[in-house]
Amino acid sequence: MRLVALALAWSLVMPAFAIDTGEAFADPAQQQRYERLIRELRCLVCQNQSIADSNATLASDLRREVRDMLQAGRSDGEIRAFMTERYGDFVLYDPPMAPRTLLLWLAPALLLLGGIAVTGTVVLRRARAARANPASLEEEPDKS
Amino acid sequence: MKLQLKFLLPAVAFAALVGFFVVGLRQDPGEIRSPLIGKPAPAFSNESLGDAGWRVGSADFAGRAWLLNVWATWCAGCREEHELLLAIARENRVPMMGLNWRDDRNLALRWLEQLGNPYVSVAFDPDGRTAIDWGVYGAPETFLIGADGRVLQKRIGPLTREAWERDFVPLLPPPGGEDG
Repeated sequence: MRLVALALAWSLVMPAFAIDTGEAFADPAQQQRYERLIRELRCLVCQNQSIADSNATLASDLRREVRDMLQAGRSDGEIRAFMTERYGDFVLYDPPMAPRTLLLWLAPALLLLGGIAVTGTVVLRRARAARANPASLEEEPDKS
Repeated sequence: MKLQLKFLLPAVAFAALVGFFVVGLRQDPGEIRSPLIGKPAPAFSNESLGDAGWRVGSADFAGRAWLLNVWATWCAGCREEHELLLAIARENRVPMMGLNWRDDRNLALRWLEQLGNPYVSVAFDPDGRTAIDWGVYGAPETFLIGADGRVLQKRIGPLTREAWERDFVPLLPPPGGEDG
């Protein structure tokens, strides 16, 4: 209970730590797009933070760029393209699917398939062995 | 045969993993290859650092190879490479322009006065907009732009004599050529 209270209190304090001190957009939809975009973009100085989380000067400059482009009516795709043209794919937290990143994207599926194949073979082989020789399944042969 | 495959496969998978680590861990995550290389250099025209009434920019070097060095007085690496920049300027093979990034004008001018000025001209970029256009994320950064206006090379971090000779010099126009 005390823990829940603490967590609640913490969540109330959190907004006080907000990095972005810019004024909110008048249009809530635009504000939402802005917040999503700055979470998708990586701060290149502090590479494990998005530009929403970082208080580096570059991050605030990039937030300003995003804000200006949104206000100028540019689309999310155009804003992402602006960033990757200058900073490369690395600026996006989600790397795009490309020949260069194919292995990265397919590796989890390949590993899963490999695991299924190995498990399947082992199970099948054991089942076949058990059918051929049922006694072999028992851990201890009956000694009595 | 079956038995061999059973032991061979994990060994091969492990070797592949080691291979990825060997390659991956040797790369410096701080060095991100600029997507600008091979592309036309972003155009800009900024206030000159030394004279607010004067504009300097990429058009000043149209048709010529030039260097753009991004620096600031708050940047320790810039001080580190400054001697080399002065030496490169003395060699007089390629003009160097400075981009003074997010800095204080007076401090920047004093820096040049005290340490020497390797730049033909310095563009003042106090709000960092030009730097963003060039994909700058940490000073110092040095770009080489070819006579055709394309970015040929980029160095992130202090320039060293070794890096200069290896990455930049081979791309420079031949010495003694017609230069303006």
